[in-house]
Amino acid sequence: MSERIVELEVLRFNPETDAEPRFQRYSVPCMNEWVVLDALNHVKEAIDPTLSYRWSCHMAVCGSCGMMINGEPKLACKAFLRAYDGVIRVEPLANFPIQRDLVTVIDDFITKLKRVKPYLVPKSDQPVEAGEFRQTPAELKRYKQYTLCINCMLCYAACPEYALVPKFIGPAAISLAHRYNEDSRDGGREERQQEIASGEGVWECSFVGACSEVCPEHVDPAGALQQVKIRSTVDWYQEHLMPWSKK
Amino acid sequence: MSANGKPYIREVSRYRWYFSSPRYLRYMAREVTCVFIGLHALILLVALRRLSEGRDAWEAFLQNLTGPAGVLLQLVILVFAVYHSTSWFNVTPKAMPVQVGENFLPGGVIIGAHYAAWLAVTLAVLFLAGAF
Repeated sequence: MSERIVELEVLRFNPETDAEPRFQRYSVPCMNEWVVLDALNHVKEAIDPTLSYRWSCHMAVCGSCGMMINGEPKLACKAFLRAYDGVIRVEPLANFPIQRDLVTVIDDFITKLKRVKPYLVPKSDQPVEAGEFRQTPAELKRYKQYTLCINCMLCYAACPEYALVPKFIGPAAISLAHRYNEDSRDGGREERQQEIASGEGVWECSFVGACSEVCPEHVDPAGALQQVKIRSTVDWYQEHLMPWSKK
Repeated sequence: MSANGKPYIREVSRYRWYFSSPRYLRYMAREVTCVFIGLHALILLVALRRLSEGRDAWEAFLQNLTGPAGVLLQLVILVFAVYHSTSWFNVTPKAMPVQVGENFLPGGVIIGAHYAAWLAVTLAVLFLAGAF
């Protein structure tokens, strides 16, 4: 177990006393196997208890500790200190307002997530006695990767469209809508289309692809959004050229 | 500005954001190169117009096109058009995944199919133009 001093430059902001954020430097004695979150925890416990940040599971599952590390959206629990040379700059997730220090205001994402109905909307009511809704492995594989989304919002921090057009529903919420649309047991696509096939939905996306590059769970939101665009285009043509094909 | 107890909103530059990461620059390169596709379409439109104006106009146009400046312009257009097209081909597996049975076809197959279609269309155009 080797130890080295790591210099952390952390963005600090106290809405009660600060007009704008400032960087604060901490020298942290770190173990080789530590991640950025370990270093922040050490700062909080031993150097500066006023530092605020979110975290929970420390194993890349809860999605709470997303932050900008040297300008890249990362989970602090998955960013090993040994991967960085020199001073490590830690900032709150980009594209979200700063509540305090590394804590951001995520209400916008939560509201958008609710709008896309990220849950199964059964095609029909079925009594419990009728048994379970069955699905083949192929039907499961169709959407499985999107179930791995942990709502960490790194994709929002990487998305320049969301930065410039905040009304954009954004990568994770649309990917989750797509996850349920692709589910053979679901019947809620038309309700979700109202949200995701609108101007604030997929048509705001210009396929930068940064969302998929930064996703810590290797979900492909950029792919999901392009697929929604294609499906929505097919819908439009069906509606206008073959109105009789619509149920 | 003074402390007001409200969350702090960081401003994003509308005109310089793409310099903040190489991945944004790659995206801008893909998008900006479409201008050269447009330029080529413009040359085709001018060609049609010259053709409609008669033999002299058409031959003067051809002379310009085959002169050093015309060739250079078309080479530049070709380079950027190839970059633009290939950068789009390379992202097609994301937009058009094909599931066969349980598994999805490897991305390389979908990209390869696009190159094959491109080759087929190119050969068809060259055939129609009497190149063979």
